[in-house]
Amino acid sequence: MNKNNFIQGYCRIKDNTVLKNEELLFSEDTSTLNEFLKLAYQHFKTDYSKFFKMDRLSKLGFLCADVLLNSLKENNLFQENTAIVLANKSASLDTDRKYQKSIEDADNYFPSPAVFVYTLPNICMGEISIRHKLYSENSFFIFDAFNADYLWEYTNSLLQNKKADSVLCGWVDVDEDSYEAFLYVVSANGNLNHTKEEITRLYFTNE
Amino acid sequence: MSELKQELKEKIIEQLNLEDVAVDEIQDNDLLFGEGLGLDSIDALELIVMLDKDYGIKLADPKEGRKIFESVQTMAAYIEANRSR
Amino acid sequence: MGRGVAITGMGIISAIGNNVQENLRSLTSNKIGISKITQIKTIHEDEIMVGEIEDTNPVLEKKLGIEANQWSRTVLIGSIAAKEALESAEITDINEVSTGFISGTTVGGMDKSEQYFYDYEKNPGIRQHITGLHAGDSTNKIAKYLGLEKGFVTTISTACSSAANAIMLGARMIKSGQLDRVIVGGTDSLSKFTINGFKTLMILSDTYSTPFDDNRKGLNLGEAAAYLVLESDAMVQKKQKKVLGYVKGYGNANDAYHQTASSENGDGAVLAMQKALKVAGLLPESIDYLNAHGTATPNNDLSEGRALLRIFKDGVPEFSSTKSFTGHTLAAAGGVEAVYSVLALQNNLIFPNLNFQTPMKEFDLTPITETKEKPLQTVLSNSFGFGGNCSTLIFSKEA
Repeated sequence: MNKNNFIQGYCRIKDNTVLKNEELLFSEDTSTLNEFLKLAYQHFKTDYSKFFKMDRLSKLGFLCADVLLNSLKENNLFQENTAIVLANKSASLDTDRKYQKSIEDADNYFPSPAVFVYTLPNICMGEISIRHKLYSENSFFIFDAFNADYLWEYTNSLLQNKKADSVLCGWVDVDEDSYEAFLYVVSANGNLNHTKEEITRLYFTNE
Repeated sequence: MSELKQELKEKIIEQLNLEDVAVDEIQDNDLLFGEGLGLDSIDALELIVMLDKDYGIKLADPKEGRKIFESVQTMAAYIEANRSR
Repeated sequence: MGRGVAITGMGIISAIGNNVQENLRSLTSNKIGISKITQIKTIHEDEIMVGEIEDTNPVLEKKLGIEANQWSRTVLIGSIAAKEALESAEITDINEVSTGFISGTTVGGMDKSEQYFYDYEKNPGIRQHITGLHAGDSTNKIAKYLGLEKGFVTTISTACSSAANAIMLGARMIKSGQLDRVIVGGTDSLSKFTINGFKTLMILSDTYSTPFDDNRKGLNLGEAAAYLVLESDAMVQKKQKKVLGYVKGYGNANDAYHQTASSENGDGAVLAMQKALKVAGLLPESIDYLNAHGTATPNNDLSEGRALLRIFKDGVPEFSSTKSFTGHTLAAAGGVEAVYSVLALQNNLIFPNLNFQTPMKEFDLTPITETKEKPLQTVLSNSFGFGGNCSTLIFSKEA
């Protein structure tokens, strides 16, 4: 019943670096997250003009997922029925604040529809779904801190109940100056055991 | 009018975050939506905000935007005829 | 296929009533909850109509017996509805067995943040609202109010399908034995933030919304909180619980089309309905009533209508959008409509889709426009959210 699952790969974006499976792919000292993400986008030859319309949370999650899923695609490991399970602490607060400011100013009241669209954290999953044509199940949770136990349990239940063949899961958070993305893909095959301990180890290893 | 068109091209790129498009790549009669520049419904709403903010033109129904935002040419003509600032 | 998960309690507060009974009375007497906005000052007050909960914050605080101005309205209405759900399930000791609380919200404490945005610095007496802005905070406060000490508590934020996804997750956790019982649903209060946001998207109607009508002009925003109590079979047997209905099927899929717009032919909606029917082990023809997402925006109703035709072909079940009563209550909508689905089953009633006059040009679909008595075994409820998040729940009378 409790079949073992495996972590096929992971990607982490934090402190101006992009790391995939322990390998440092890109690092550049920049003063802002937007600037860093733009340079990373160029470095990975992402070629997806809608990227520049996204808010910071979506850009971060999108780029992290893109690095990870593209590497799976190159190795013929990508599975179409990939569910997405993301979590964070700040929901879409980063963009909520930006929108909030635009409606507070009565003398200069021109709130932007393009900003409002991103005032929901799950839009980030929508962007990943659109890019990789994922029509699969997805859910976004708010926790106080990275919660390996919960992600582990939820992912296993999706795989066991055949809701998906693989699951892209992890943590994507942006709040003012702090940001962090840690995504990994779980499926029936892979190199790393999908255990709570392993998820926690990977999450903390490169801190 | 050609000044306005140049201004509009710059604003479209800036407002809609078209990072990889240059002003001289947009021709006056290029379609802005669909196959042309590939703008979408949210971009159309942004353009409606721009009409209001920069030219004092208020559109009540997003459907009106479809004809106005066909190309830079049609946009400029509409703005010339209706602007209040 | 698998048995359903028992629903043993429910609670709701919305623009058409402060509890389940009041909501039922309004639904069966065509009492619409849409009006001009009174409790929030907004420059749009003459251009929009909303589904406002009648009670002001002080009235809600009094009902809950809590100190004034400590919680956001999202928490206040959430606590009222969750408390009713627990009482209706006759749960007196919430910590007696392994119990969870899963709540959807998008707004969280936004109402308080916008009220006090500029005052935090000089007024320490309102700083309790700063942390209240985190969506997770509202859920934690409600859990605490319910007295839930160590159970599983989480917040789902998937836009307008949040509560539906909370119900889906709760049902799964009961089925897999991770929880003995769980309180699931959602809460969202009206806020300037969402009013302005939907206004900039130009999808707010300036009059009563008219779901599935050819001349629909957009949605009415609403506020509500609604929760179900789900319990395992073992709990039901042990406590000889009265069962109100069952969560029989559930499905979620992404539309993978656009940040806010639904795809032309409702791809995500079709997948969500297919998955839910499969989990329920039901064929499309066995759905007796369909509570549509039906926001009354030009885009949703066309896309959803096409999705219904793809699933049900020429046998689209009798359907209605109860958002014509309550407005679109965002993250709470899936919970509100779950309560209405159970009420439909309990009373063998189909609630009307108000304000409908002209069928849409694109297809031949007409909702039910007057309360209709009909023996109901199964009800399907759709909830679709921005970000392409599409969810379907199926409720049944029998397991």
